[in-house]
Amino acid sequence: MTKQAKIIGTVVRYAILILVGVILIYPLVWMVGSTFKENIDIMTGGLRILPPEGRWRFDAFESAWQLSTTRNMIFYYMNTMRFLIPRVVGTVLSCTLVAFAIGRFSFPGKKIFFTIVLITLLMPDLAFRIPVFILYSNLGLVNTFASLYLHDFLGVNSFFVFMIIQFMRTIPRELDEASVIDGCGPLRTLFFILVPVLRPIIITVGLLTFMWGMNDFQGPLIFLRSPENNVLAQGLRSVMEAYEEVPHFGRNFAAAFMGLVPTIGIFFLCSRYFVDGEIRSGGKE
Amino acid sequence: MDVQKRRFNRAKLTPYILLLPWFIGIGLFRLYPILISFWYSLHDVSLLGGEGLQTEWVGLENFYALLFRRMPAYPYALAPTAEHFWDSVRATLFYVVLGTPAVLVSAFFIAFILNFKLKGVNLFRTAYYIPSILGGNVAVAIIWRNLFASHGPVNAVLSIFGVEPFSWLTSPTFAPFTLIFLSAWQFGSVMLIFLAALQNVSPTLYEAASIDGARKWRQLFSITLPIITPVLLFNTVNVLIRHFQEFNAGFLITDRGPMRATEFLNIMIYDFAFRRLQFGMASAITLLLLAAIGVLTMILFFSSKYWVHYSD
Repeated sequence: MTKQAKIIGTVVRYAILILVGVILIYPLVWMVGSTFKENIDIMTGGLRILPPEGRWRFDAFESAWQLSTTRNMIFYYMNTMRFLIPRVVGTVLSCTLVAFAIGRFSFPGKKIFFTIVLITLLMPDLAFRIPVFILYSNLGLVNTFASLYLHDFLGVNSFFVFMIIQFMRTIPRELDEASVIDGCGPLRTLFFILVPVLRPIIITVGLLTFMWGMNDFQGPLIFLRSPENNVLAQGLRSVMEAYEEVPHFGRNFAAAFMGLVPTIGIFFLCSRYFVDGEIRSGGKE
Repeated sequence: MDVQKRRFNRAKLTPYILLLPWFIGIGLFRLYPILISFWYSLHDVSLLGGEGLQTEWVGLENFYALLFRRMPAYPYALAPTAEHFWDSVRATLFYVVLGTPAVLVSAFFIAFILNFKLKGVNLFRTAYYIPSILGGNVAVAIIWRNLFASHGPVNAVLSIFGVEPFSWLTSPTFAPFTLIFLSAWQFGSVMLIFLAALQNVSPTLYEAASIDGARKWRQLFSITLPIITPVLLFNTVNVLIRHFQEFNAGFLITDRGPMRATEFLNIMIYDFAFRRLQFGMASAITLLLLAAIGVLTMILFFSSKYWVHYSD
């Protein structure tokens, strides 16, 4: 290939990457810029990101913070954490335990259990939703935060169990065998010997659980029905659907921004683990 | 000797004891729901406050009604028409058939470009990945509604090309496309998996091909694509399943859509279960949808021996 063709190739590649990058990031930047706009500037501003000179408006975040007369953002963040923190803890603990049992012991039934993990890995959540709702409803758990995390303490998320088993395969067995010879029980071996080595994958599992929980809307919609239990997703929806005499579109964008801050913030703090996790989920270690 | 024997037995029991919570979990939250769904789908199931679960045997009536009959009227909404179920099937298929390739093609294309050793790849990779972590967040629905509003940025771009502004979200023809664009916008996670696979392709293969005189395009189709087919299979199954069960986009952004154009099957299941409180009917739709997903996944897996290349 001639040198000229090579340069043209590189330029074309960069042009495509930049164009696609701009298209992908524009909606988010536009959202942030629009929080400072008057309604009319949002509706007629076209592609402009910032409001016109002298027409800035700064009250969007304040009114979005106080979502309704009785509830503010703190309320919705807190409610979200009330189901999300137990869910993350439960998922991480129980999936590690299940992966340890299936991945590190040889016993009759091991193959069958691993097959069950593989089969349930592919099953979409909607397969279980209605029976679980009826089950929880009979147990009186509907409209409690427990209905969004109780099952997560039982290691039912086969996707994560599989991910941890795959990671464990890369750790030499001699490590835990030595600890057993030294007289450690299985749980102590797991928590003091294996967990430190498993740290990256455990963090990835925790982060993915957190992120998917932040994005979950259908779960809270079905299980948390009364307003005092509503989470952030529902708060945002009520803002989006609200009918007002004098609407303030910038306020909606400010609310959306606050809804995305936890996810994007955590992503920037730990992007390494996200990227690792996605690649690992491809099963091509 | 006794002590030794006891210790031996305990060691044998250890994995089962560790798995005890998992047995309960899998049984109660995975196995039981699937089995009871069949039973529910053959019953009229209602769940009224105070009275608990009421069931009445109706045989295949739920399936028959779905496939061939008008829906029983829903008291608080417009009565659904005879095509209701098939409307949802059509909306879902439209979304799946256009959305799945849109995600796969853009993900592969960008991964392919990123795989050339360019400076600043990490920055681009991060920028492309961010939309995909936002998933079905309600905040994304707020942004999307405004992007596609009559005077929103999307129409502003189109007006450069002389297209008159129009309302995407209230047009039965165009509303589904806004959701397909949203799905394509979030190709980042799929792209990362492609990129990792591309980076694993051994450079010696390309060198050998160059010596044999294979041009770049020939290399793409004869080396790169065959080698990453296992990852392509994985991504296809994943993206396909995700599109089949889409809920948030059609529910939040277009609210089932003008003329039910975005009333996906998952939304219909929700409506039957939690608005009409007809859990039997909802279970019947769920099983039909799962069967469709299952059959397609099986076809992909069984056909894979003809198109997926395994190196060993």
